[in-house]
Amino acid sequence: MSIKLTVNGRSQTVDVAGDTPLLWVLRDVLDLKGTKYGCGVAYCGACTVHLNGKAVRSCQTAVSAAANAQITTVEGLSATGTHPVQQAWIEIDVPQCGYCQAGQMMSAAALLAKNSKPSDADIDAAMNGNACRCGTYLRIRQAVHRAAAIAANKTPANSASVKGEPVAAR
Amino acid sequence: MENKKQGVNRRSFLLRASALAGGGMLVGLYVDPKKAMAQGRGGPPPPPFAPNAYVKIAPDGTVTLMAKNPEVGQGIKTMLPMLIAEELDVDWKDVKIEQTDFNDRVYTGQIAGGSTATPTNWLPMRQVGAGARAMLIAAAADTWKVPTSGLTTASGKVWDKSANKSIGYGELAAKAATMPVPDPKTLVLKDAKGYKIIGVSQGQRANPDIVTGKPIFGIDMMVPGMLYACYEKCGVFGGTVATHNIDELKTMPGIKGVYVVERPADLKPDINTVVLPGDPGLESGIAIVADTWWQAQTARKKLKVTWNEPPVRVAMNSASFAQQAEELSKKEPMRTLRKDGDPDAAITGAAKVVEGNYSYPFISHAPLEPQNCTAHFKDGKIEMWSNSQIPGNGRNLAAAACGVTPADVTLHMVRGGGGFGRRLTNDYCAEAAYISKLHGTPIKLLWSREDDMHHDYYRPGGYQYLKAGLDASGKIVGWRNHFVTYGDDDGQRLNTVSAGAMGPTEFPQPFIANYALHASAIHLGIRTGSLRAPSSNAFGFVIQSFIDELAHAAGKDPVEFRREILAATPKQPGYNAARMRGVLDLVAEKSGWGKKTYPKGTAQGVGFHFSHQGYFAEVAEVTVSAQNKVKVNKVWVAADVGMQIINPSAADNMVQGAVIDGMSELMYQEITVDTGRVQQNNYPQHQLVRLAQCPKDIEIHYLKSDNPPTGLGEPSLPPVLPAIANAIFTATGKRVRSLPFMKSGFSYA
Repeated sequence: MSIKLTVNGRSQTVDVAGDTPLLWVLRDVLDLKGTKYGCGVAYCGACTVHLNGKAVRSCQTAVSAAANAQITTVEGLSATGTHPVQQAWIEIDVPQCGYCQAGQMMSAAALLAKNSKPSDADIDAAMNGNACRCGTYLRIRQAVHRAAAIAANKTPANSASVKGEPVAAR
Repeated sequence: MENKKQGVNRRSFLLRASALAGGGMLVGLYVDPKKAMAQGRGGPPPPPFAPNAYVKIAPDGTVTLMAKNPEVGQGIKTMLPMLIAEELDVDWKDVKIEQTDFNDRVYTGQIAGGSTATPTNWLPMRQVGAGARAMLIAAAADTWKVPTSGLTTASGKVWDKSANKSIGYGELAAKAATMPVPDPKTLVLKDAKGYKIIGVSQGQRANPDIVTGKPIFGIDMMVPGMLYACYEKCGVFGGTVATHNIDELKTMPGIKGVYVVERPADLKPDINTVVLPGDPGLESGIAIVADTWWQAQTARKKLKVTWNEPPVRVAMNSASFAQQAEELSKKEPMRTLRKDGDPDAAITGAAKVVEGNYSYPFISHAPLEPQNCTAHFKDGKIEMWSNSQIPGNGRNLAAAACGVTPADVTLHMVRGGGGFGRRLTNDYCAEAAYISKLHGTPIKLLWSREDDMHHDYYRPGGYQYLKAGLDASGKIVGWRNHFVTYGDDDGQRLNTVSAGAMGPTEFPQPFIANYALHASAIHLGIRTGSLRAPSSNAFGFVIQSFIDELAHAAGKDPVEFRREILAATPKQPGYNAARMRGVLDLVAEKSGWGKKTYPKGTAQGVGFHFSHQGYFAEVAEVTVSAQNKVKVNKVWVAADVGMQIINPSAADNMVQGAVIDGMSELMYQEITVDTGRVQQNNYPQHQLVRLAQCPKDIEIHYLKSDNPPTGLGEPSLPPVLPAIANAIFTATGKRVRSLPFMKSGFSYA
């Protein structure tokens, strides 16, 4: 079935069964490999993307349900890797294997879009669905605080918005 | 000052250099053919003097360093080039890094395992950098017609300070490649005081790719003409297809091929043994090939297959294992692995006797990226992309499955989303190559999370029946352990399952005059293997919890009791009591052990363990509620891994990760067996600690000692389980001897 999707600001039409998880349309049809598969049952959060700015698990989101939404993946956080979350993740050297981190960053970006100065408890709650097998959690928490600070210090003229507004495709 | 305990046979490491097309230079290590053959089993002997590549310097001065080991999150792809760059005297920001292919004619030790990369490569990688630098200096000396003694290097240039001139490595490279190659023994390596790169925190080079979602993992590999595959196997190891309906799947959307696979009867190793082989390769199953993985998985849901299941394995289950262990513990042990003095007499005559029956389950590795491999079989050759932790074996198993030789295989090494020892076994490599041969296209084989959890090589479970005696002064006078593990006693020896053995000198044997280690084995029909700190990940919990029981029985402070054990003269070399005493004292100091007053329900606990050449002591502070909800408030780690932490940021990240990993193993993780098959399916049945449950702080202190650097990814894990368990005991009076703790009613707050 023909489905029109808007991914990272770009309109694409795919021909897939409507109940195909959005995760697999992104990865295997659109070749956007940044969003990861870890469990398929919404336990690990590696598949987290934004639907209209809200963090969702794409392994449990049917592609048909995403048809009329703005879909943002990690590739769409910024065109040049300069989203405050991306900058903070590099500055604090968060990743070990890195496999969970796209999902972590998407959850963090969604949190910061709603809450520009989250507390530790806010972070715990927002990031609870993102597992890290390597155990980089302490750095993840530091990086969310750091991303908030980076975003707060940017002037509107040169900022990459924490809202992760759709940008031109990768 | 170089430490001669490194154990590197210097005669086998010689430098070689050659010119790069276009005027650059290529520097590497010549590897003794015998050593190369030992490393790459089954590979052809290398041609004499085969140059290999670690350093490429282009005429424009671009320096590219080759990273040879598998990168699975341990930071090795950044660390090995740091060692080269330091001695080469280039600025880290100017260095490019490339991953090598697997190539055992050219590189040795392309393995991610055993925490061995640091000790194995500490000297050779620095020698490569220093050797290249020496040749560049020689080239400059020749150009300027001056002696080399007056020349220095910095930031990718050779300098003649007295004449105030410099020349860049790029300009020198072509000539440098023709200079005599120095004997590594003659190279003067930098003093640590002069380090600009080693010992300075460097971010992981892959970070920019990771944060922008670049396709760098095995699961991300794309090859023109590639199709996707899934592979259904019997839940009982060694089962073969009896009946199936694969023709019904062939017409489903996107499906390009469905195949019944039977493992060839003559494929080595034999899988019909009582003790299963460690890495058997291709198993029987049904392969589904499709345009997308989801279409393959969708068709798979319609698959109706029955299996011929080996009856002996079908009869196995966890309840039976526990019952057999109980029965074995009451009988004479099958074997005595070690007996020093007369422990039974010492215990009988002791003032106080303490007994503890400990047990721990099978657990699963479950790295976040499920097993996968991309392979293309064409014209008798295989090209494959794998994140195996031991790619030589992946190559060999793929070749054997396809009936070709290892020389017919090209293996590109790609990033792994975690290893933890799972990717030391290579079934997915054999499967992907075989399916590609069947179908005739490149194939991306991806296991589902359920496949990954059902077809793991589990950390073996075990039972340890401990008994020790204390004299009137509270000193241990005798220690006896009946270790019930999995394996088979064939009448000659006790053959344990992979990763199921305990060594005869495992702590505290070196320090206890009357010591016995006995063993018995239960037959097992599921696969086992190494999982981060094999054996130690369970033994640390058992031994340090029991030592804590003895400390409390003796009425002594747990740290002081441990100091007393370490004060005994060891019976044989190998376990360095002074190094363990050093980290024990350091962690006691940093955690304020014995100096803090806690409210009821809050306490500290301690544990230490020596493994993978590293000495680690850890203290945990916990608060336990009346409902047995445990909050780990803080963990302190003291580590002695030698004279140098190479990349402090990566080291801290890994140690913190090991503490969190240990927390998950302690509380949540258990794999059970029924009708010969694993019952857990996915992470909800084998949980991971979450961000909210982590301690706010994990404080790490490295005690530098005059020993060559050793690894820390594994030795950092074992002490955290007993540290938390012992803290829980002190806080609540509850001694739990069985993992995971959730089965005793505990949880993390």
